[in-house]
Amino acid sequence: MTTTPHCGADPAVEPVPQPASGKEDYRGVFADGLWRNNVVFAQMLALCPLMAVTTTATNGLGMGVATTGVLLASNIAIAGCRDLISQEVRIPVFVLLIASLVSLADMAINAWLHELYKVLGLFIPLIVVNCSVLGRAEVFASKRAVLISAVDGLAMGLGYTLALILIGGCREILGSATLFAHASLLLGDGFAFLETTLIPNYKGFLLMLLPPGGFLVLGFLLAGKRAMERRWEQRAAARSKAETGGQQAPSTA
Amino acid sequence: MNLWFLKPEYRQRLSYHIALLGGVALLTSAAIGVADHLTRTDIAQRQLEDLKVTLQQVIPPQYFDNDLVRDTVTVNDDGDQPVMAYRARRSGQVQAVCYRVKAPGYGNTAMVIAIGVDRAGTLLGVRVVSHNETPGLGDKIELSKSNWILSFTGRSLSDPQPDKWAVKKDGGVFDQFTGATITPRAVVKAVKKGLGFFAEHRAELLDEAPTKTAQVAVSPAPNGSTRGD
Repeated sequence: MTTTPHCGADPAVEPVPQPASGKEDYRGVFADGLWRNNVVFAQMLALCPLMAVTTTATNGLGMGVATTGVLLASNIAIAGCRDLISQEVRIPVFVLLIASLVSLADMAINAWLHELYKVLGLFIPLIVVNCSVLGRAEVFASKRAVLISAVDGLAMGLGYTLALILIGGCREILGSATLFAHASLLLGDGFAFLETTLIPNYKGFLLMLLPPGGFLVLGFLLAGKRAMERRWEQRAAARSKAETGGQQAPSTA
Repeated sequence: MNLWFLKPEYRQRLSYHIALLGGVALLTSAAIGVADHLTRTDIAQRQLEDLKVTLQQVIPPQYFDNDLVRDTVTVNDDGDQPVMAYRARRSGQVQAVCYRVKAPGYGNTAMVIAIGVDRAGTLLGVRVVSHNETPGLGDKIELSKSNWILSFTGRSLSDPQPDKWAVKKDGGVFDQFTGATITPRAVVKAVKKGLGFFAEHRAELLDEAPTKTAQVAVSPAPNGSTRGD
């Protein structure tokens, strides 16, 4: 990978995927998905399901896991038949593939993993409105090989999951002073230790649980990410300046 | 691969676009059709199990020795959709019935509540089967999140008095939640309505109507959808 556009500058800018040449940059793809080009914090996509489900960290985790599965499957499917899909009708073809994948997942989980369905069932149909799945199909999977597309789907899904848990956690802590409430319903009784109540008898902060709270939390987290990146940039610039300065010093002496 | 139709010049043709889109639509529909066929019986089975669990939550086991799911009666409530009730029998006599009440929740979303009533019209149990209430606020009507729904057990139309069948904020006896009054208010109203339904159709529900107007349907599993519709 040559250069990656810095997402701190313009969140809408997608790094243009490099054509498959020689070795694939798996680490770079992972870093893109988790941080540099995170679905929520950099691409600002998939905010509709995000606002709807992130009232608790547990809900965020459920939605994230379901989305990751669909992203992975859709990236593999679309990368697999990318040579067949012509440019002109690609979007309807992607939509058809993604929608049917979501339906298949919905039915399969309902029939064979019914306990999970009772918890996740609410989230699965919501994945259809998740534009990041279509976004990855268009930007990445339709141009790259199957394996790297699978890695991209996984990385993007994990990044989305992390963002959901983070926002869900913030809203849950501020809104109801708990963290990972009802995690044992989603993950099984072994994970009951995750459920923490920070302030007993907390009256609740309703705003945080309603959609405006989601936007507020997202805004603060975005600002935090930008500030962090700016600081890193400045530090890196200062370091490179010091290094070049240090190299120049002996030569002039 | 050297397939003639994959050559770039063919992919530019209108007929290729049509064939591709049609083909993909056909394939995905076929896949969904096959998946539906493969999962339909399993899903119906799971929903039946869910229904059984719900029924057993609102009717304690000592009230029946029959198969609740298969002993149903459909009662026509005037003006409303017909209500399907499940009868709990012991030695052939109906001891209790369970049926679902629909209620408009917060923002007029659908909420379905299952209630179990014994012969005297006393509530044996109430459970919310499906709802679209705000997570973290209105979802305390679920037993997995709060014990609130148990406060209905043992109540009847005369306990509390009809004017006290309301949340505390409205001068009634039932608690509301912090930050959510509309949801519990809707549930209280729906349960009261459900008890009214029992009082009105008692004979029919308990299978002791003097005139055999009750249409007894001993059919296999009705559509026991546990999800909202």
